[in-house]
Amino acid sequence: MDLQEKLVASYMAQTSATAEPSGLAKIRSAAIETFEQQGFPTKKMEEWKYTPLNKLVKTDYTVFPKKSKNLTLDEVQNYILHDVDTFKIVFVDGVYSSFLSETTHEGMDVCLLSAALSQAKYRKVIEKYFDTVADSEDSFTALNTAFGREGAFVHIPKKKRVEKPIQIIHFSTGVNQNLMLQPRNLIVVEAQSEVQIIERHQSLTDTPVLTNVVTEIFTHKGAQVDYYKIQNDHEEASLVDSTYIHQEKHSHAKVHTFSFGGQFIRNNLHFYHKDQAIQSTMKGITLVEGKQLVDHHTLVHHAHPNSESHQEYKGIYNGQSTGVFNGKIVVEQEAQKTNAFQQNNNILMSDKATINTKPQLEIFADDVRCSHGCTIGQLDETALFYLQTRGIPKKEARALLTYAFANNVLASVNIPAVKTRINALIAKKLGVNLGFNL
Amino acid sequence: MLSIDNLHAQVEGKGILKGINLDIKPGEVHAIMGPNGSGKSTLSTVIAGHEDYEVTKGSLLYQGADISDLSADERAHLGIFLSFQYPIEIPGVTVTNFIKTAINETRKGQGLEEMPANVMLKKIKEKAKLLSIDTQFLSRSLNEGFSGGEKKRNEIFQMAMLEPKLAILDETDSGLDIDAMRIVANGVNSLRNQNNAILVITHYQRLLDYIVPDFVHVLHEGKIVKSGGKELALELEEKGYDWIKQAI
Repeated sequence: MDLQEKLVASYMAQTSATAEPSGLAKIRSAAIETFEQQGFPTKKMEEWKYTPLNKLVKTDYTVFPKKSKNLTLDEVQNYILHDVDTFKIVFVDGVYSSFLSETTHEGMDVCLLSAALSQAKYRKVIEKYFDTVADSEDSFTALNTAFGREGAFVHIPKKKRVEKPIQIIHFSTGVNQNLMLQPRNLIVVEAQSEVQIIERHQSLTDTPVLTNVVTEIFTHKGAQVDYYKIQNDHEEASLVDSTYIHQEKHSHAKVHTFSFGGQFIRNNLHFYHKDQAIQSTMKGITLVEGKQLVDHHTLVHHAHPNSESHQEYKGIYNGQSTGVFNGKIVVEQEAQKTNAFQQNNNILMSDKATINTKPQLEIFADDVRCSHGCTIGQLDETALFYLQTRGIPKKEARALLTYAFANNVLASVNIPAVKTRINALIAKKLGVNLGFNL
Repeated sequence: MLSIDNLHAQVEGKGILKGINLDIKPGEVHAIMGPNGSGKSTLSTVIAGHEDYEVTKGSLLYQGADISDLSADERAHLGIFLSFQYPIEIPGVTVTNFIKTAINETRKGQGLEEMPANVMLKKIKEKAKLLSIDTQFLSRSLNEGFSGGEKKRNEIFQMAMLEPKLAILDETDSGLDIDAMRIVANGVNSLRNQNNAILVITHYQRLLDYIVPDFVHVLHEGKIVKSGGKELALELEEKGYDWIKQAI
């Protein structure tokens, strides 16, 4: 039985065991049908041309963790931002850990999706939002919709500025061989509210794990969402992250993605504009080595006038690593005065590293500003020599230039603790002990 | 301090230095002049340790030891400094962070502790003042969008911070107006003492009015063809390089 068949069979077993409201059950059964029909994407599909799934699909993943393990704070402390006060929604092998979490229902909901799915008082919210912005035709998303029962549920009411960032952390402990996790996050930010969220998927051992996460974010009128994805997992970990963002008038959604670890990362990041005067920002730093693969597929759907999107992705590829950047911008005929900017700059540090970068602009309006650019280069040898003559050894000089190259993406990080953490991760990844700061 | 004997060097298989002899003692200022393409910049690059420049013959001794196998950063740790003719722009790294990193990596290379932050700050302020650099300048990205004069002042600022034993100033006067040249030269002169040495590489004599050399050497086709005192620079200015070429 291949992985696709196994997943479909597992779904059948799961539905017979759990009862859910009929609306939800319908969504799930439609989703598994989509997945069954489509199966996993193949390299023949344009969207997956450079991102082979062979190895993942051949792995015998299991969707039901058999064992569980209690974690102590010491074991996971490193992966949780603790020098800043935060809400935390923490999962261990797909199961909520109340011990490691700090949730709230005071004036807003920062809690579990499972609670929201099962309790009557949340039914209206779930019906209104669940699986409404996610791409139901995408097979990984459909798979998650069929299985996803746990994750973060964040609901911020109108005119509320959430003072503390929210950390969403999924740990896998390695007690379950080849675990496949299907976390599902639902974030609803009502009008004029502001929230900062940090998301991380972290395995604690080298046991292979595949995470297929779907996050739906709703930013209502004038709302601001500042979202950070820290992807620095173990080398046997794989991640397919699909994030769908619904935006209303005057809203601003910002997503930073830092991809440093893991053997396979696919990021699908989609913004859908539902009104005018919207801002969408996506920024990323990819810094990989060995045989790592990181694929960023972004989509901004400009459907109304006077909106802006800004994307800036920096990639640094060592060893035999592979990068993919596909930035799709759609500007509908109605979306006049759109200002869309896209930039993808890459440095190949070795002869065996590869980057495939492609802007994909589909513009149907005539009064728009769309600019895009991509560069692929190497570190400047003269600059390296310059730094060396100042006493900075070659390794440190390379690190400093790499850091400088990625620096302007860090400049827009609004949580100092996140910035400090990312600086430290970059230094560690580059094998230097330089105190980077801005 | 620096003892160069029959030095031959090549880059990309092309021989550029063809037997240089040069001896520099502590406290001395030497000037190397010569027409374009005579090998002036190559000589400075070879002394500083660019790995693409290969010494094929002769010796390069610094403080009595052969340094031809040392990397540029190792030479910097020993006190060799090169002020670039075209300083490199590094967006994303501020002047302050750059100099802090340079100082502390140099100290690490010398087996010393990092410089305490307050000492560093005080020194930065003091040396910035010496070069008429305002503090706002220090938080800009290194050389990015700097004028020619700002770039050169920044080079000498770094020299002042790193306090090298042997400073090589490669065409430091190029792109400078007279006021900027005065500031740069005053900065250099205030750093002169009995324990360090300066090698000034220049096409024109005018910088040598401000940084007065003890010795002047004329480089032509990869060799030093004439040496003398500071009056040699004036003679060259008057008669031009053709005079030297004809004399050979």
